Amino acid sequence: MRKKILLVSRHAPYGTTTAREALDSALAAAVYDQDISLLFIDDGVFQLLKSQSGREIAQKSLDAIISALPYYDIENIYIHTESLAQRHIVAEDIVVANVILLDNTAAAKLFEQQDHILSF
Amino acid sequence: MIFAINVLSAPYSSQASYSAYQFAKSVIAQGHQLHRVFFYQDGIHNATTLATPPQDEFDLHNAWQELAREHHIDLVICIAAALKRGVLNQEESVRYRKNGSNLAEGFSLGGLGQLIEAAVVADRLITFGN
Repeated sequence: MRKKILLVSRHAPYGTTTAREALDSALAAAVYDQDISLLFIDDGVFQLLKSQSGREIAQKSLDAIISALPYYDIENIYIHTESLAQRHIVAEDIVVANVILLDNTAAAKLFEQQDHILSF
Repeated sequence: MIFAINVLSAPYSSQASYSAYQFAKSVIAQGHQLHRVFFYQDGIHNATTLATPPQDEFDLHNAWQELAREHHIDLVICIAAALKRGVLNQEESVRYRKNGSNLAEGFSLGGLGQLIEAAVVADRLITFGN
């Protein structure tokens, strides 16, 4: 039976490796033919910014991995609107095109629908 | 009920690993099935055989090993996270020409797929840390 698994990414792209390793697990999950969703929330929304340059601190830029997610069959990519607004990030700043914006109520519904939530 | 546990934080630096251990013990004590404990990110440091906590402190590394021995629990650490943080088994140590290996008995190296597989099999997947 396919399970609904939501990965929640809450951390900024650099400073800790949490965000990077959350994306790694999303890519691994995609192989398993489950119903995978990915939600960027809190400081996690900073991962979505265009024109990152991780190279300057000897890190891989996460925007490249994130923009490739749809090609790995991770099509349900959600972004928490309140987190964007609090950080003054607008839709044009975001690196992936086909994302679904969720407010608090909609995010709560998304959580409710899942079999498992993996929070990073 | 089938449980699986995901550990993300290092032992001693954070309470998370010890909480995960206590939770694992309770799951077993209450007669549930513990499908796997997966260690990812800094959680992989639970699997080093070189950690030497002071004698009057709880030895979490030993405790995991005992739990695995007594109850045949599958303790898996993420290979990608482990290699870059310096936890290697004999095979990887030879492959990368390192001068030693430090993966404790009872733990095995595995891929992130085993975390996802645990989610697929388990009724409840509980994350500790971060």
